[in-house]
Amino acid sequence: MRRDQLIAIAVLLPSLILLAVFVYGFIGQTFYISLTNWGDHAALAENPEYEVVGFRNYRELFTGFLHSRFRQGLVNALFYTVLLVGGAIGLGLLLAILLDRQPRAEGLFRTIFLYPMSLSFIVTGTIWRWLLTPRGGINSLPKYVGLPQGEFLWMSSRQQILRFDWQSLPALTAFLVAAVLIVLAVQAWQANRKRRSIAVCIPALTLIIWAIFGSRFLPRFLPYPELHGFNLATIGIIIAAIWQYAGYTMALYIAGLRGIPVHLHEVAQLDGVNEIQYYLKIAIPILKPITFSAIIILAHISLKMFALIFAMAGSDNAATGHPSVLMYLTTFRGNKFALGAAIAVVLFLFVAVFIIPYLIHSYRERRAQ
Amino acid sequence: MNTRTGPYARAILYAALIGFAMLFLMPAYMTVITAFKDPADIRLDTAWELPSRLNWSSFTEAIEKLAPNAMNSLILAVIATGLSSILGSINGYVLSKWKFPGHEVVFTLMLFGMFIPYQIILIPLFQTLRSIHMYGGIPGLVLAHVVYGLPITTLIFRNFYTQIPTALTESAQIDGAGFFRMYSRVILPLSIPGFVVVFIWQFTQIWNEFLWGITLAKHSAQPITVGLAQLAGGQAVKWNIPMAGSILAALPVLLIYIVLGRYFIRGLLAGSVKG
Repeated sequence: MRRDQLIAIAVLLPSLILLAVFVYGFIGQTFYISLTNWGDHAALAENPEYEVVGFRNYRELFTGFLHSRFRQGLVNALFYTVLLVGGAIGLGLLLAILLDRQPRAEGLFRTIFLYPMSLSFIVTGTIWRWLLTPRGGINSLPKYVGLPQGEFLWMSSRQQILRFDWQSLPALTAFLVAAVLIVLAVQAWQANRKRRSIAVCIPALTLIIWAIFGSRFLPRFLPYPELHGFNLATIGIIIAAIWQYAGYTMALYIAGLRGIPVHLHEVAQLDGVNEIQYYLKIAIPILKPITFSAIIILAHISLKMFALIFAMAGSDNAATGHPSVLMYLTTFRGNKFALGAAIAVVLFLFVAVFIIPYLIHSYRERRAQ
Repeated sequence: MNTRTGPYARAILYAALIGFAMLFLMPAYMTVITAFKDPADIRLDTAWELPSRLNWSSFTEAIEKLAPNAMNSLILAVIATGLSSILGSINGYVLSKWKFPGHEVVFTLMLFGMFIPYQIILIPLFQTLRSIHMYGGIPGLVLAHVVYGLPITTLIFRNFYTQIPTALTESAQIDGAGFFRMYSRVILPLSIPGFVVVFIWQFTQIWNEFLWGITLAKHSAQPITVGLAQLAGGQAVKWNIPMAGSILAALPVLLIYIVLGRYFIRGLLAGSVKG
């Protein structure tokens, strides 16, 4: 027995070593590279010379006047994420509920809603770029019902809404975190856990007070106001991404709805609960763990949208930019390896915020079984 | 399930489903009609109208341009899928039937590798491939796809093998079967559905991959996604060729999805619903 157990570990070992080097080792190395000046000269030499310069690259990215494109990319990434997650979950849930009503040809509809999922982002991007040609495609559809042609320029649009000054980002972040904490506090209060509720309220109030009064004493990041906001040029890309991923959330929810015991539905019907209430009050709360998984997976996909953006808008379109695209440009076109590594680290940290709690959560669930 | 709903609600249900189906099929419709049009007939104001006659020449031209890339993708996808499935199967076997202290931690640490944005490992990967003289060719891409494919293939096989009753493996042990015999006599014969799920998942992923294709491959080794991006890139493109190219690049994975959809969905769910 013991001998076989040792063989088992020995068989697993090569994979573990590969992953230790290629995942953890490489992440560490990228972080190290981000602290150097690799790319200042002779970047592509076989053994490039570079030295550690500390956090200079990060300071440049967040407060250097040359790098406003990175900052807009971060703002874009936020909107890509929120809108893709919201859109794909909303549409996917709706489709799953429609199919849960057991229509005829259910399998056919399911196949139609899910086929975009099998495509490459490059295929999706190529097709949607044609659909979103400003003077044709979707914009010309209203003509067929007698309406005027659409005027929106899609990926070429330069409109920006919800603008804010980069300098006010810390204050805005503080408000946002405070808002989340207040929601948690209200939930705790309703669940009759008043102490916990108060404990959550205190940091929330501190943040709000700091944001209103304290944040003006921060050093100026930039000598002038720099406005960022939601670039409408990203909308077309978000629509294409929702088209591709709504079927995925639909498949998750269908699996979830199938798992709800039939008698729950029947009892609800006997109690006079109508069908809409059944989904809103009973099914959706039961599906909460699935919604949670879907949020994590979609958020992490949206932070990997490199190929879709590349295919739809090209890598040079600043309005639709994303840190993943900028990392590619900086590293492989500009040969600024250290700066590219710093962008990658920022991107990685955003993904890690979603993924690490998710992995810990699923680890605990497996342990509990 | 009892769905007591009136004919009125049924009509709304079908109207909604058909409406959504049309929305989802609209891009496919546009792709097909554009690919079959004569380049001279492609005008913005008639883009939605059917071609006057079927013109196959866009496909011939797209095939001519994409054939080398398609070949690269095929070789890459077949080899990398094969290798990562075998490794995933063995890893999954160890992690489900030969649990050791801390196996859950090891498994969780492995899973992390499938969630990272690959930009975070791209520069060291690029450097490493250069220093071991694997940069630019298909072998380097195979290595990358096999290593970073390990988490998902291990996950799918581990979950699959967990469902094989312990009674089966225990009775094999009583009969004196060791690690390898148990794998080849008990586990492997039951693994075919698991392999189908993993083959489909990995093949689709590798066929569709773009970031490594554009950063780690020289021109002669570039996969089909890179070929398509170049075909469609640039201004003033004639849209019949990119659309025909999109159909070609989509066809293998689309066929797999339509024929083996059930397994495709299983792979899809395996990647998300907790390990």
